[in-house]
Amino acid sequence: MIVILASVIDGVLIGAVYGLAAMGLTLIWGVMKVINLAHGIIIVLGMFALYFLATGLGLPPYGAVPVVITLGFVLGVALYWIAVHRIIGQPELMSLLATFAVNMVLVGLGTALWSTSPYNVPVSLPGVSWRDYTFTGTHLMAALLAAVIAGLLYLLLYHTRVGKAIRAVAGNREAAELSGIPTTRILAAAFGLGVALAAVSGTLIATMFPFTVLSGEAYQLKSFVVTVLGGLGNPAGALLGGIALGLVEGLATPFMPVSWIPIIEFGLFVLCLIVFPRGIFALSKA
Amino acid sequence: MKRTILGMALAALLIGATPALADDALKIGFTVSQTGKLNNDSVAQMRGFELWRDQVNAAGGIKAGGKQNKVDFVTYDDESQNARVQQLYTRLIAQDKAQFLFSPYSSGLVASAAIVSEQYGKVMITTGAAEEKTYKLGNKNLFQIYSPAGQYLAGALLALKAKNPKAQIAFVYEDDPFSKAVAQAVRELAKRDGMTLALDESYSSGTTDFGPIINKVIASKADALLGGGHYADGATLARQLHDQKAGLKWVTLLVAPDSPNFATLGDAAVGISVPSQWEPQVKFKPDFGPTAEAFTKAFSDKFKIEPGYHAAGGFAAGLILQHAIEQAGSTEPAQVAAALNKMDVTTMFGRTKFSTEPKEHGLQIGHEMVLAQWQRKNGKLVKEVIWPNAAKTADIIY
Repeated sequence: MIVILASVIDGVLIGAVYGLAAMGLTLIWGVMKVINLAHGIIIVLGMFALYFLATGLGLPPYGAVPVVITLGFVLGVALYWIAVHRIIGQPELMSLLATFAVNMVLVGLGTALWSTSPYNVPVSLPGVSWRDYTFTGTHLMAALLAAVIAGLLYLLLYHTRVGKAIRAVAGNREAAELSGIPTTRILAAAFGLGVALAAVSGTLIATMFPFTVLSGEAYQLKSFVVTVLGGLGNPAGALLGGIALGLVEGLATPFMPVSWIPIIEFGLFVLCLIVFPRGIFALSKA
Repeated sequence: MKRTILGMALAALLIGATPALADDALKIGFTVSQTGKLNNDSVAQMRGFELWRDQVNAAGGIKAGGKQNKVDFVTYDDESQNARVQQLYTRLIAQDKAQFLFSPYSSGLVASAAIVSEQYGKVMITTGAAEEKTYKLGNKNLFQIYSPAGQYLAGALLALKAKNPKAQIAFVYEDDPFSKAVAQAVRELAKRDGMTLALDESYSSGTTDFGPIINKVIASKADALLGGGHYADGATLARQLHDQKAGLKWVTLLVAPDSPNFATLGDAAVGISVPSQWEPQVKFKPDFGPTAEAFTKAFSDKFKIEPGYHAAGGFAAGLILQHAIEQAGSTEPAQVAAALNKMDVTTMFGRTKFSTEPKEHGLQIGHEMVLAQWQRKNGKLVKEVIWPNAAKTADIIY
């Protein structure tokens, strides 16, 4: 019984971080109908950013978080102008190809620079022990920061002019343009924001686990599942979707061989697409 | 006029190309995973090949048929993908006319390469490929350098039994061909040695969070954990076992702890053991080629990094081919294959002998593995050989 509870708590903590990663993906889709296939490698860049900021420059690990958000935003805006701007409004296949190309280039560069061997950033934070089980400090901190960053995103989207503009562009770009919103700049900012969220989730993951240049693939897949669970284009749903995914992982593990977990995950993904195509948390709005 | 110039240019090109054709360097083909998930180990293996080639060529070449044959490599990037391996080995044989082949890295890629090399009847020295299955398909020209997968955890089980005959073992391994082959052998060995498996589970290759699995290990009340798979998963598992204070007395993981990078885990690495095909400290007395010490020094000087077993395996593959050619006194594939079949030699890598039984031809039966453990010495993390007793450089931490 205790093992189930421990697994569920672990699952919820890690799920919050999955949710944060997926928020980046879903925000970009929601605003500009671009599926960002460079999502995984951007998560990895966030991981390596932590590695270099913490072990190279000696920054405290959590001090790297605001730096990564800033760098991620700048990288996102740059990527928008390089690869995304010209395919806005084109068929979705174009955006898939463009962002996939960015992904290939970055993965290639990463492999050449850092090889595919694992990197580790040691973060010591006291955890909470209960009976035989320990909830590590890094997991607790990552979940907390994920929730805080999600809260800040909510404030940005719903209580600032930029946020209103982003939502207006997402709703109807032509109407937004007609009301005097500089939509191109808003699109660039939204892409930057999405990339910053993906990068910072990578940073949080890197405080918990070792990583390689190719780690992004697994998190990208999880982000897709989470996005579908939470409803495409719905950042708040993404956070809940992430927690739901973590919960399912945690809840299922004690009862079955762990190699079955991906089957449950992707089974859920397909089921969700069929039964709740707008996401399980989008029902109230439907 | 134009035609004449074109003709002359063509002629010049042909003349320019002739010396290369006349060059009778021995051509060895192989692919390397320069990109993709196998990049780390595959590049290490390639460096082993390269060091061997450079040493052979610096010494004048391989002696055979009354002349010195310099060694020339033809290589491509296989992107860590099976499909590329099949295309590229076909190309190496059919277009590039490679006389001998080295294998790519990993059991999976070698299985693909072996299909092609056998079709063309080419001798292929395989390294970085432990899974037995490939050698049990009636192949005639494959020769395995590594100890087979079944032996990977045999030493760990014996060492554990010596420390605690009643140990409860949690066995958690990656769901891939290599780890599954190891797993099959562990179950039989554990039964034979009277050890209990308190948990026996595989995890999928993409696993990123081992928290739930570790909770299961804790719930099983195991004293020891054996398993793992490859790099990323093994490092993550080790770190989380430490962070979650799993309270295990013994942990042996496959592959990952062999990497020098494993030391970046800090305290999480201490006490973790790894079955290894080879370690720089081994003290074999070679009948052929340099000692392990001389190899380690040459490798470290050239690449500024200490060789692991993947690099040593690459170097050994070269030595074994060289020895076979010299024994055969010829570069004729049939004669070299015959020399390989007869071979029983000790190099810096240890003993090498290939099975000549038709049902498992080419399987390595001479080489023995060691068990290495990360230990803290004077505040620094070092990997020590702890098993077998004859080869050990430090006592076991349990």
